Order: sequence, then C-alpha cells, then structure tokens
Amino acid sequence: MTDTSLNTGPEKTEAEKTSAPMPTAIVQKRQSPWRAPLVFLAMAVAIAAVGFGQSWSVALAIVNMSLVSALMAMGLNLQWGYAGLFNAGVMAFTALGGLAAVVVSHPPVWEALNAGGRGLTLSAVIVVAIIATTAFVAANLKGKLRSFTIFVIVVAGYIILRPVFGEAVSAVEAVDPARTGFIGGLGLPIMASWIVGGIFAAAVAWLIGKVALGLRSDYLAIATLGISEIVIAVLKNEDWLARGVKNVTGLKRPVPYEIDLQQTPWFIDLVSRFHADTLATAADAAARESMLRQLLIEASSAFVKIAYAGLFTVVLLIILALCVRALNSPWGRMMRAIRDNEEAAAAMGKDIKARHLQIFVLGSAIIGIAGAMMTTLDGQFTPGTYNPLRFTFLVWVMVIVGGSGNNLGAVIGGFLIWFIWVEAEPAGRFIVEMLSANMDPETPLYRHLQDIAAPFRLFVMGLVLLIVMRFSPRGILPEKVRHS
Amino acid sequence: MPETIDILNALTLMTNFVFVPALAYGSQLALGALGVTLVFGILRFANFAHGDLMAFGTTMTILLTWALQAQGITFGVLPTALLALVPAIIVTAVAAILIDKSVFSFYRKRKAAPVVLVIASVGVMFMLSAIVRFIMGTEDRRFTDGERFVVRALDFKKWSGLDEGLAIQTTQAITVVVTLVVVTALFIFLNRTRTGKAMRAYSDNEDLALLSGINPDRIVMITWIIAAVLATIAGTLYGLDKSFKPFTYLQLLLPIFASAIVGGIGQPIGAVVGGYIIAFSEVMLTYAYKKFGTYLLPDDLAPSGLVQFLGTDYKFAISFIILVVVLLIRPTGIFKGKVL
Repeated sequence: MTDTSLNTGPEKTEAEKTSAPMPTAIVQKRQSPWRAPLVFLAMAVAIAAVGFGQSWSVALAIVNMSLVSALMAMGLNLQWGYAGLFNAGVMAFTALGGLAAVVVSHPPVWEALNAGGRGLTLSAVIVVAIIATTAFVAANLKGKLRSFTIFVIVVAGYIILRPVFGEAVSAVEAVDPARTGFIGGLGLPIMASWIVGGIFAAAVAWLIGKVALGLRSDYLAIATLGISEIVIAVLKNEDWLARGVKNVTGLKRPVPYEIDLQQTPWFIDLVSRFHADTLATAADAAARESMLRQLLIEASSAFVKIAYAGLFTVVLLIILALCVRALNSPWGRMMRAIRDNEEAAAAMGKDIKARHLQIFVLGSAIIGIAGAMMTTLDGQFTPGTYNPLRFTFLVWVMVIVGGSGNNLGAVIGGFLIWFIWVEAEPAGRFIVEMLSANMDPETPLYRHLQDIAAPFRLFVMGLVLLIVMRFSPRGILPEKVRHS
Repeated sequence: MPETIDILNALTLMTNFVFVPALAYGSQLALGALGVTLVFGILRFANFAHGDLMAFGTTMTILLTWALQAQGITFGVLPTALLALVPAIIVTAVAAILIDKSVFSFYRKRKAAPVVLVIASVGVMFMLSAIVRFIMGTEDRRFTDGERFVVRALDFKKWSGLDEGLAIQTTQAITVVVTLVVVTALFIFLNRTRTGKAMRAYSDNEDLALLSGINPDRIVMITWIIAAVLATIAGTLYGLDKSFKPFTYLQLLLPIFASAIVGGIGQPIGAVVGGYIIAFSEVMLTYAYKKFGTYLLPDDLAPSGLVQFLGTDYKFAISFIILVVVLLIRPTGIFKGKVL
C-alpha cells in the first residue's frame, strides 16, 4: 500500500477473493500518552458545559445514551477494527437486545398463552422438524436430487406450518389487543435481559455469519444491511411476539421510580441536607415544604439518571476491560494477523472462517447487550423507531471517528458522536433563528426554515465523517501498533 | 374445467393487480440498479448514496415542476414532471460530479481500498439525505398531474364485458415507456459509441484500458453523469408512481442492490433483469390469490383463506431473501458479474 494515511480500515487487494489484508507495517508517529486522557477530559468539559449552559438533565441524558452508544461502538469495533468485517446490520442486533428486554421482563400474559401457546409450540416443533429434515437431507443426498428434495421439504413444511401458526397468532393477538395481544415475557428482573439480549444477538449473528461471512466486504455490508431490515420487519409485524408497532411500554426498571423516591425518608433527608442552605432561606414552613417538593422532584429525576449511568458504566468498564485484554492477548494478535494478511494467517494454520464467525458473534453480542440497555433506559420497546441511519450508520461514524481498532477510540467515538447528534439539533435551531431573525413569520420561507433544524444533524454527521476520513483517517485515537 | 369467461377474468385480475404494478416497479428498480451497477463496474465500489442521489434528483424535478406549474406551463395529459426532468438531470449530474471531485476522487487517486469508498459513500448518503430534507421536509408529496389513467377500470369492464376491471395509470405507462427508451439508449451507447466501448474496456480491465490511451477522468465523469441521469429518472418515476417521501428512497436502496447483485453486479443487462425479478417476486409473493383461485377452481375447491404466501409488510424482506439465496447458490448473479 502506498499511503498509510488513508486506511480507515482493512485494505483489500484486487486479487483477493474473500477478505481484507491491510498494510502490515504501519509507519506511525509515536503517539503522546496524554492524548487519550486529554481527549476524554475535553469530552467531560463539553458535557459539563451542556450541564451549566442547557441543563443537567440534558447532560445526564447525553451521558447515559453515550455510554450505551460507546458499548455499541465497541461491539462494532471488535468486528471492524479487529477483524475487518463490514457489519451494516448493527440495527438488527440493537433491536434484538430490545426484544430481550421485553421477553425477559414483561410479565407473562397467561390468557394469550392459554389461547395460542399450544399452537405456537406446535409451530416451533414444525420449524425444528423442517430444519432437521433439511439438514439430514443436505448431509445424505447429492446434486440436483438434494436441491429438489430440500425445496419440496421447505414448501411442504411451509404449507403445514402456515395454518397452525396463523391460527395460534390470531388467537394470541385477539386477547385484549388494546393492552396486550401478545404472549408477554417471563417476568424476570430486567437486568437479566442484558445478558439475554447478548445471547439473542449472538444467536442471530451466528446464523447470519454462517450465511454471509464468506463474502467480500461490500457484499457483506449489503447482506447484513438487508438481513437487519428483515429482522426489523419481523419485529414490526409479528404482533404476537412483542406487539409490533403497537409498542410495549412501561417496562420494569432496575432503578427506583422517581415517584417512590420522593416518598422515601432517607432520600428526603438527603435532599434537605444537601440543600440545607437554600431551604433555610424559606420564609415559613409552608414555603419550605413547597420548595422541598420542587427540589425533590428535580433530585429524584437526577438520581434515577445517575443510577442508570452507574449501572451502564459498570457494564461498559467490564466489557472494555475484556476487550482490551482480548486485543492484547495472543487471540487479539491472531485476529489482527488475519485482518492484515489472511493468506499468511491461513498458512500459519489459523482457521479464518471460524475466527471470523467467532468475532462476528462476540461483537454482535456486545451490540445486543447495548440494545437491551437502551430499551431498559427508554422503558419501552418501539420497533417502529429503528432505522438504519440512526442505528447502523451512526454507530459506524462513531467507530471511524473514534479510531477503528482502538477500544478507547470506540468509547470516545460513542460519546463524541452521540453528543454531536443530540446537540446538532439545538445548534441547527440556533442557526435557523439567526437566519430568520429579521424575517416576516408569515412568509412560507420562514415557516419552511423552522423545519430544517431536525435534518441538520444528518448533515453534520455526514460532514464529520467525511472530514475525519479525509484529514484524520485513523480517527481521534488511532490504533496502537506495537512492534516487538 | 373452468369456462373461458372465468379464465379471462382471472387473467385480467392478474394483469391488473400483479403484472402492471410489478412491471412499473420493476422498471424503476431496473433503472436504479443500472446506476449502481455502472458505478460499481467503473469505480469499483458499492455506492450507498445512490438511493439518496435518486431522492436528490427527484427533489430537483419537483422544484422545477412547481416552478413550471407556477408559470402556467403544463404538459397536457402527461405529468409536468416529465418536462422538468431534463433540467433536473443537469442539476443532479453537476451535483454528482461535484461530489465525486470533493469526496471520491481523493480516495481513487490514492488507490484506496473499495471499502474506504463505501464508507465515504455513507458520509455522502448522510449529507444528501439532509439536503433533501432541508428542501422538501419529511412529509409525503404527490407531484403528478395531467390525466390519471390510460385505461380506466369501468371503461375496460364496459368494453370487454368482464367482471374484472383493468386500470392502467398514466404514471405506470410512462414508467414502462421511459424505461424502455432509456435502457435502449444506454445499451446503444455502451455497445456502439466510442465512449461507451471505452467505458466497458475500463470496467473490464483498468490497466489495459489505460494502456490503450483511454482517459480515466473522462470515463469517471461520464459514469457519474449517466448515474445521475438514471438516478433522477428512476427517482422521479418512482415518485410519480407512488409519492415522494425522503425516507422511502433509503429503503429503496435495498431492493436496488438486490436487483444489481441478483442480475450480476457490473452487468447492465443483469441489472435490468434483476430489477424485474425482484419486483415480480415481491408483488407475486405478497399478492392474495383467493379471488384468482375462485375463478379458476371448481366451486368446492375454492380457497377459503387469502392464499397469500407472505404478508405485504414483508415486501422489502423478499428482495433480501432472494439476495441471500443467490449469494449462496450463484454468487456471481445470473449474468456472471464480478464477484464482489
């Protein structure tokens, strides 16, 4: 490779058929050890500025979603930065994590299970039977006969499945459709869903990987993009599973509710001690009471957000530690060796296909965990809101801008890009106000200008991505390459 | 044995609800896929911004349509958008060349890996979609005018005496005619003209093409111009037929990619065939055949359910199921394209 500066990721030569070698010897300027701490400090200052300038509630909300985004970026970084796999299906794994949150935490809807449970179980049995027969046939027959038999089995299986499944689904969906109309979940604590979300995502990633990982990078991107749309289509339309576009709201929380906190004695005590000076200025007991009430409302909301931030930080740190360990272990070296030169790695006896599948599954699992955390934070599962710009390509921007191949880069990318994503809208609104300050509010142009603040963030995202790719193609915190 | 009248009714039913819509949709996909496949063949990367280039071209068409309508100029029975198409294509082509000069040419000159160009195209996709939303907002817009139908269902019933009507919208007829013209022109260009032959040579073997004195910059510029022409026409036809909504063009990217790959990426003829394959599969698999069966089968065998293979909600999923199957069985597509 002629110029190392433009490698945003693994390189690929013309002759290659499967996947991507990158320039092995990267001539790199020695990185200052202060770079990472300084970048994180700058990020903290930016968030604090939002806290002082806008409100602490917004700042805390940014922190929470940034933590989730950082986790997603780390999952994608595992796939792209370590292994050079172009996964454009991040959205699907996020949504599967969200599904896990519903399946784990929502109480079971017994009525629906009684109505359609038997049919659904039977359907599952039929599906397993189809798969088993197909696998058996695939292993024991050859050539045209095999393709024909598989085709017949699948079609016949579908014809048997369709009425059984259809009946069960309509039975389930008929149960109080305005409130439930789905089978519900297991009624377990929602934190368990973070692990289950990872498992769901990993299982689907294994299936996708089996099918698509042999493809060259652009193909893999298109295939995963398509499969992610299929996953979202299923979640949107299979109402029996998680209510589809009717959404599941009011999910359980791992942290207390604001309204309960406001009644809890130790919390009231804490708040009144914390704000003792302010409360002392109150004129009389009634004024003090109402002041305390107001402070309690604010403090309880902040407490909940901080509690989430604490939980998310713990998860992030655990996974970050694991990722960093993995990257610096022999396994990580092997992954990078495979990425940089597949043929050489294969010649050394590394099983490229198996390793790719492994890292694809692991990365997707992390994204699934992040997806479950996001749904937990939102308290609702809304399949209609998943779109590839927000949930796939935005995470890509995070990884590329942060620095692919570097875990801390992925984290800072998650924080920075989410920050920009949130703050671009007020910035856009500000620009619009500047533009339209002297305009007549009655003109169509003025009214039209008021609508452009929202897409402004898309514009900024594209611009940031292109600028970083052009002028700092290895990201804010570039991958560290050690030479022994 | 069903009577002749029943067979005719069934055929009309299929024409009306399956054949005509699928033909129109397939034409739109074919034009879109042609653009993707040309960019892939010449520039060697999958352009994720193509859907939004289509949206951009359509936006220009809509703006110019409004301008023309404000001047009192219409195109008689045909939609005014057809008049606006020509200047819109010019604007879009200029935009495409500007994008190439400011973004893609940098990476091309340095011989960056194709995947870098793909990621750059994601950046372009973000910015283009923002620009489209700046101009048009996010709501649904219909911009077709003129005569709505070529054949009306009632007239057809009266004329033929059948129970089933056949309606052909003007937009559908225009889509098919325009596609026919554009595809024919493109094939003549690629096969008969010097520039077209140079493009094919460049796509086949870059080094040999350069060696025989073909100017790569010119080839790239012409590729972008053609891509812009195709994108604007495809986008406008789709918008005329359905309606214009920025988000649908991002969704359209998926079936377009599927068409290009199924046909064999880098192969223009493959893109056209792929477009129709995807469109017909989508429409045929989501159509409820109950009525069709009622006409053809004896009464006691008439279907009770809808006889629908998949819900209409899975329309977009079908193209990808086909894509995955093609990838597994014949990764080069129907007309041996390049293996990506």
